Amino acid sequence: MTETPRPRTLVEKIWDDHVVRQEEGAPAILAIDLHLVHEVTSPQAFTGLRARGLPVRHPERTVATEDHSIPTLPRTGRDLPTVDSQAAFQVAQLERNCRDFGIPLHGVGSDTQGIVHVIGPELGLSQPGMTIVCGDSHTATHGAVGALAFGIGTSEVEMVLATQCLLQRRPKTYEVRVDGRLAPGVSAKDIILALIARIGVGGGTGHVFEYTGEAIRALGMEQRMTICNMSIEGGARAGLVAPDDTTFEYLRGRRHAPQGAAWDAAVERWRTLPSDPGAVYDRSITLDASALEPMVTYGTNPGMGIGIGGHIPDPSAAPDEAGRRALEKALGYMDLRPGEPIAGRKVDVVFIGSCTNSRIGDLRQAAALLRGRHVAAGTRLLVVPGSQQVKAQAEREGLDEVFRAAGGEWRESGCSMCIAMNGDQLEPGEYAVSTSNRNFEGRQGTGGRTFLASPLTAAASAIAGVVADPRPLVDRDPAVVGGR
Amino acid sequence: MPEPVAPFTSRVIPLPAENVDTDQIIPARFLKTTEKSGLAEGLFYNWRYLPDGTPRPDFVLNRPEMAGRAVLLGGPNFGPGSSREHAPWALLAWGIRAVISTGFADIFRQNALKNGLLPIAVPTERHAALFELVAADPDVELTVDLAAQSVRVLPSRPGVAAAAAVGETFPFEIDPFARQMLLEGTDEIGYVLGRLPAIETWEAAHPARVNTLA
Ligand code: SF4
Repeated sequence: MTETPRPRTLVEKIWDDHVVRQEEGAPAILAIDLHLVHEVTSPQAFTGLRARGLPVRHPERTVATEDHSIPTLPRTGRDLPTVDSQAAFQVAQLERNCRDFGIPLHGVGSDTQGIVHVIGPELGLSQPGMTIVCGDSHTATHGAVGALAFGIGTSEVEMVLATQCLLQRRPKTYEVRVDGRLAPGVSAKDIILALIARIGVGGGTGHVFEYTGEAIRALGMEQRMTICNMSIEGGARAGLVAPDDTTFEYLRGRRHAPQGAAWDAAVERWRTLPSDPGAVYDRSITLDASALEPMVTYGTNPGMGIGIGGHIPDPSAAPDEAGRRALEKALGYMDLRPGEPIAGRKVDVVFIGSCTNSRIGDLRQAAALLRGRHVAAGTRLLVVPGSQQVKAQAEREGLDEVFRAAGGEWRESGCSMCIAMNGDQLEPGEYAVSTSNRNFEGRQGTGGRTFLASPLTAAASAIAGVVADPRPLVDRDPAVVGGR
Repeated sequence: MPEPVAPFTSRVIPLPAENVDTDQIIPARFLKTTEKSGLAEGLFYNWRYLPDGTPRPDFVLNRPEMAGRAVLLGGPNFGPGSSREHAPWALLAWGIRAVISTGFADIFRQNALKNGLLPIAVPTERHAALFELVAADPDVELTVDLAAQSVRVLPSRPGVAAAAAVGETFPFEIDPFARQMLLEGTDEIGYVLGRLPAIETWEAAHPARVNTLA
C-alpha cells in the first residue's frame, strides 16, 4: 500500500533535503550548501579553527567579500582609506584567512566586490532549494530565490567552516500572504515595512516567513530580495519566496548558475520546491497590497512605521505600559511630538544604499525621480551601489551622472551608512531618510536619527529636503516608474 | 573547551527597556576587533556614556552598586537585530551570566547559549513581578541553577517576594540539548565532528550545488 505523501511547505522540503542526522532530543545536523563570509563576524571563527588545527571543510562552498568596515570613498591604487588601523587590520585579516584556507574572496579591488547579500544572488551562487548561511542577520535576503537562508553568530560560522553543517531545530513556518497589486509609487519596501509595523519586531520569532500571494508573484527578484532582507526585522530568522519563472529568468546565465543540461535538470528540480496544495503553516497573516501607501518609520525600531500620510502616534494610547515607555523613549530620541505629521519633517541626509535597496532596480527608481531635478539646499544625498557590478551597470546607464547632476554623491560599493563603522555616518542629531533596514538608536552614527523608507520615498525626500511622498512625482511622470 | 556552567547567586540589574537590540548592547564601531575579549568597555556604550565620554549618571550600569552583578533583568523581547556574537561576548566580559526576559530574538539566544550566557525566558506576569520585586528589594539575590532549570529567590528582607508574587523558586525552559552541552562543558564542534561518518555519507549522496572556486 502506498501512502499519499503529506503536503509540505517549501521550508519543510528544503529542511528535509538537508538533514544529515536527527538524533532523539538533539537538534538536527543540517548540511549547508553555501557559506558567505565577511570581515566583521569571521575573524574569531578562523582563530578558533586554527586553535583546533582544522582546515575549512569545503572552501569551494564558501565565499568571502569585504563590505562592512571598508570605506566607500573613491579607491585609488592599493591603499584603502579605512577609517582606522583596526578596520584596516580586520580587512587584512580576512585576506590572510582566505589565502590560508583557500576561500575565494571577492575583495576590494575586484570587479565582483560588494555587500555580501548583493553579490550572492548576483553571481548566481544563491540558488533555489539551498541552505545558505552567513554571519549576518540579513542573510534572509537570499531567501528571495527560494533558499532557506539565515544569519548565524560567529560560533556557528566556526561550526560551518569546520563541518559544513549546523546544529539546528526545525523552524516553525509563517505564511505572509500579500494579496492585491501595489499602486504606482508604492514598492516592495513598503510591503515589508507595513508587515513589521503590523506584527512588531518580535512577531516572527521562532518562525520562517514564506511570502506568498499575488503581490509577491508580481514582484521582480530584486524587490523580493528587499522583502526577504527585512524578515529579521520582523523577528524571523529567514524569509523566502517560492521559486518561479521570475526566479529562473533572473538566475539564467549568471556566473555560478548551472549551464546547459545541468540548468534544465536544476529547473526541473526547482519546480518541485513550492509548497504543496494543502500544506499547513504554523501561523499566517494576510496583507492587502492595494491598500498600502508609502511607509516611513518614525521611531527607533523597524516596527515603528506609519504611512506617509500618517501622524506620530501618542504614547498615552499605547496598549500597555512597556509599549508606552518604549514609544516615549523613541520619540524622545527622535525629538518628535505625538500628533505631528511625518511628512514635512526636515531631512539632513538621504542615504540610498544597503543590502535592502542598493541594487540596479532601486537605483533606477531613485534616478527616475531625480533626473532633471536637484537635491534641496541643506540636504546631502549619498548613493552607494550594493556591488561593483551594480556600480558598473549604473554607470553604463548614466545613473551616476543623474545623481551627480542632482547634487548627490556617488560612491564605491559597501555597507556604508547602513552600519556607520566605515566612515560614512550621521552627525549627532541629524535626520536621515534611509533605504537601509535598521533605525535603531545610533545605528547610522551616534545620536543620528533614521527614517526608513523606499528608494522612491528617499529620492522624493532628497528633492524636497523633508520627508516627502513620492507619488505626486510618480504621477506626473508615470512612464518612468511603474512602482513595482 | 567551554567551562561547565555551575549554579551561581547574584543581585539583579534591572533594565526595563523593550526590544533591547544588539546595536545597543554593543554599537557597531566596537565590531572592528578581531578578538572575542576586550568588549566590556563597549557594552551599552551609547547608553552608558554621554557624547563627551563621561558616564551618564542615570544609566543603571553606572550605579556603583551594580558592579559585580551577574543577572540582567531585561525588558520584553531581548536581543533583536544584528547577529553579532559580540553582544553576548560584551555582556559576559562585563560580568553578566544570565539575562531574564519574556523572550529572546532567535540569533541572540543561540549566540548566548554558545557562550554560556543563560537566556532565561519567563511568562509576562512573572516578568512584571520580578521588576516589582527588584523595585521593592533592590538587593534581592537570585540563584540561577541550570541543572535544576530553576531560579531561587533570596530576598534581603522577609515578605517582599511573596508580596510581589514571584515565589520562592521558579522554573525556566531552556533547550534540553543546549542545557546538556553547557552542564557538561561539551564542545559542539567536537560533537558534530564526532559524527563525521554521517556527514560523509550524506555528502556522497548529495552532490555540491555550487563551486565557489569555479
Ligand atoms: S548593508 Fe547594512 S544590513 Fe546589509 S550587510 Fe551591510 S551592514 Fe548589514
